[in-house]
Amino acid sequence: MEKQNALTIKLLPITGPFAENKDIGKDIRVDKIEPALGKGIDIILDFNGIEGATQSFIHSMISQVIRDNGNAIIDRIFFKDCVDDVKAIISIVISYMQDSD
Amino acid sequence: MKIHVPNSAFIYNIDSFLAGFDPSDPSILEVSTNDQWISMHPLVLCMIAALALKTDNATIDEVKARSGHYITRMGLYPFLGLPSPHEIEEHDPSGRFIPLTQIESSGELTDFLNDMVPLLHLPPAQSRTIRYIMSELIRNVLEHAQAGNGAIVAAQYYSKSNTIRIGIVDTGIGIKQSMAFAHATASDLEAIKMSLIPGMTGTTVREGGTDYNAGAGLFFVKSIATINEDPFLIYSGNSMYKLLKSKKKKLNWNPEDDSHSEREDLPRWEGTVVGLDINLDSTEAFADLLTLIQSTYSEAVRVRRKDRFRKANFI
Repeated sequence: MEKQNALTIKLLPITGPFAENKDIGKDIRVDKIEPALGKGIDIILDFNGIEGATQSFIHSMISQVIRDNGNAIIDRIFFKDCVDDVKAIISIVISYMQDSD
Repeated sequence: MKIHVPNSAFIYNIDSFLAGFDPSDPSILEVSTNDQWISMHPLVLCMIAALALKTDNATIDEVKARSGHYITRMGLYPFLGLPSPHEIEEHDPSGRFIPLTQIESSGELTDFLNDMVPLLHLPPAQSRTIRYIMSELIRNVLEHAQAGNGAIVAAQYYSKSNTIRIGIVDTGIGIKQSMAFAHATASDLEAIKMSLIPGMTGTTVREGGTDYNAGAGLFFVKSIATINEDPFLIYSGNSMYKLLKSKKKKLNWNPEDDSHSEREDLPRWEGTVVGLDINLDSTEAFADLLTLIQSTYSEAVRVRRKDRFRKANFI
C-alpha cells in the first residue's frame, strides 16, 4: 500500500547502482529530505536497482536529520526495496546515530 | 629520495623495503631495482609513483630483472616522466589488474569505481567488498589527506593465491595531522590506531561524527580484513600498523586487541600508505559481515560513553 503524504526519492537515477558519493548523499538530504520533513511530509528512500551503498553515503544522507530532530524522526523515513547489504549498512548508521551526541 | 625495489616486497615481508626508503632531499627521486627479479605489492608502485609526482627529477636505474616489464605494464614510467624501455600492450584484458591511477576528485573516483570491476574480472559477490573498500579508502584521501596530487591507486590479481592486492597512497598531511584537528595524539602510531577506532574522526570530537564524516571508514576496512583473514597495513609518518592474518574471526573495535605488528622507527612517509590483500576464497557474505560490524561498533560506543560518564564528587 502506498503511503499517503510521503515523498518518494528514487535514488538510482541520482546515485547510480553503487551509492557511495557523499556529496550526492548530502545534496539529497539538504535539497529533498530536510525540506519535506520540515513540511510534515514523510520520506520514502527508494533503493530499487541500487546494488550497494557505503556507510559514508548513508551517513551523509540521513545522520544529520536524526541529530537535528531526534530519534523519533526515524519513524518518518522509510527505506524501500533495499538489498541485504544496503539494509545492513542503513541499520548500522541508524544504530550508531541513536547513540551519538 | 631513494627507493629500492627488492626481489620481493609484499605485506608480510614489507618491513625491510619500508625501512630502506630514504626520504632525504625531496627534490630528486632515485629508483633502483633488484637485478635478478622483482615481485612487489601494488602499494610499492603506488609509493614510487606518488613520490615521482613530487619532483621533476626522477630517475630509475636500468631494470635488468626478467620480470621488469611488470613496472611498465603497471604504468610507472609516465609517473616518472620517463620513456618505458619495454613495449607492452597497454592493458592485457586477461591481466586482471588496475594500473597506477591518480584520482584527484570525487568524479574521478566514481569513474574509477565503475571501471574497476571489469578490469579485475570480479564476480559480483567479491566486487561488492572490493568496491566498498576502494570507495572508503580513496574518499578518505580526498577528504582528509590534503594531498595536492590526490590518491595513487593500483591493484593486481594473483592467481596462485586467488588474491587481489590493493595499494592506495597519498603524500598529504598524514594521519597524525589529520586527526589533530579534533584529537591530539603523541605519535604517528597512536594516531594510526585512533583512526582505526569506530567513530573517531579528525573532523570533530562528537560521538557520531559530523553530518559528513562518521569516522568509520578505516574501521570498516579493518573489520573486513579481519573477518576475511586478509593482511592490511597502514604506514604514515614514521609508523606502521600491520594487521596480521589470524584465524580468530573476532572483530575488535580496539586495534590493540587485533593480531598485529607495529613499528615506530621507519623513515618518515609524508602522507599515508595503505595496502590490503583480499583473498577471494574467503570473502564472507558482505551482509553477514556488516551485521558483525554493527555489534562491534555499538560496543565501541558503549565503552566510550562509559569512559566519559562522570559521577558527582562528594567530599
